[in-house]
Amino acid sequence: MNKFGFAISQGRQLNFDEMKSDKADRLLEVEPSYKWCIGCGGCTASCSAAGFTDFNIRRIHTAFIRGQYDGLEEKLRRCMLCGKCLLVCPRGVNTRSLIINMRRLLHD
Amino acid sequence: MKRYWNEYQKEIADDHFFYERSCIRQTFFPGSEAAFLRILRDELGKDICDNPHQHTCTGIGYHSDVVPLETTMTICARLFSLMTECGYKNYVPSCVTSFGVFSEMIEKWENDPELLAKTRQWLWEATKREFSIPENIVHPSDLIYNFRFDLKPKMKYQLVNRFTGKPLRVVEHIGCHYAKIFPERGIGKAEFPYVLAGMIEAWGGEVIDYPERRHCCGFGFRQYLVQENRGYSIANTKKKFQSMEPYEPDFILTNCPGCSMFLDKWQYTLAELEHKTYDRDGYGIPVLTYEELAGLLLGYDPWKLGFQLHQVQSEPLFNKIGIAYNPDEKYKGISGRLLQRPVSPDCLRVDM
Repeated sequence: MNKFGFAISQGRQLNFDEMKSDKADRLLEVEPSYKWCIGCGGCTASCSAAGFTDFNIRRIHTAFIRGQYDGLEEKLRRCMLCGKCLLVCPRGVNTRSLIINMRRLLHD
Repeated sequence: MKRYWNEYQKEIADDHFFYERSCIRQTFFPGSEAAFLRILRDELGKDICDNPHQHTCTGIGYHSDVVPLETTMTICARLFSLMTECGYKNYVPSCVTSFGVFSEMIEKWENDPELLAKTRQWLWEATKREFSIPENIVHPSDLIYNFRFDLKPKMKYQLVNRFTGKPLRVVEHIGCHYAKIFPERGIGKAEFPYVLAGMIEAWGGEVIDYPERRHCCGFGFRQYLVQENRGYSIANTKKKFQSMEPYEPDFILTNCPGCSMFLDKWQYTLAELEHKTYDRDGYGIPVLTYEELAGLLLGYDPWKLGFQLHQVQSEPLFNKIGIAYNPDEKYKGISGRLLQRPVSPDCLRVDM
């Protein structure tokens, strides 16, 4: 921490004109349940990988929709595909399929 | 397009004012209030009372949820009782936040007579005092705006760059509590406040209209009071500076104590954190109060106006206007003895 004890907060504004949505559109085609997500965070709370790393499905999901792909590929590798998130999702989103398809789309 | 806001006129009393000082201005901009009194009394010949028994309006505590509403009301009532005791009816609070607090309390009393009766009772029980609600409540910047053309012939200098002959380019920043709470109490209302722009244009300068002109300075009370939250505060200030930077302003003019302080001091913090200043030469953009500007143009000594206590030093601006100043007198006290010199920051240049 610097001598002031605080840092400058980063802007949280989104420019919709600059947002990349092509990969999100393709994800919706291969895994339609992705749009049922209400962002409750149940998947993240139950995640084993999240207990040991900074893997955070909800955050990854949000970043992917916004087209903010920096560092996502590396983060997605931390998922062990155990599927516990599938069991807790109140909306029936196929989260494991989401992870696999996000990895594939980022790799393309 | 019809400019309705241009036709809006705020009622401003002509003479006999009761002045209430700010809590923080005398620390950060120590010459401003004295300059205002001098301008009103000596230049304009007005009657203004500067009562020594005054106190805080609780604005900072009130807007930070530390001081309850009832306490704030009673304290405002005590200040009004001082005005009543001195025989005045026109109230002039130095601080924009005080102006907002008083306007809010009066609005509440007008809409809820029982609350007014309770406040009278609280004040009586606490102090055995009584008060009248002011007939006219204006901010000092309203008065300077109102008398801007009376002051102009007395001014020694104009807002003109003496090297280029062009008008100085000025950013004006108006405190949120001036017109954003009660738009009808501000000149030009909330969306087109003209109080500072009117002064700049009348005295020869050019107002810069930039994208974040009406954005908050970053003070925000609660955001600033907790150290860990100050990142939000300074992010707002940074946003404003980023927005005004391409227009290369010569200085910033404000009418609020918090805005003056934050736009001035945060330039140092931003320079330390990001190694960046928002002018070309690394000195920062000078921030002036409207009293300092009026005093400066009237020919008052910059060091008597307290310019040496600003974070961003104003000598480059003095040179542009052609204002005479003695560098040797900068850090001398009233007795003529040299006071200590401030330490230079790492990034923001203060060498002149």
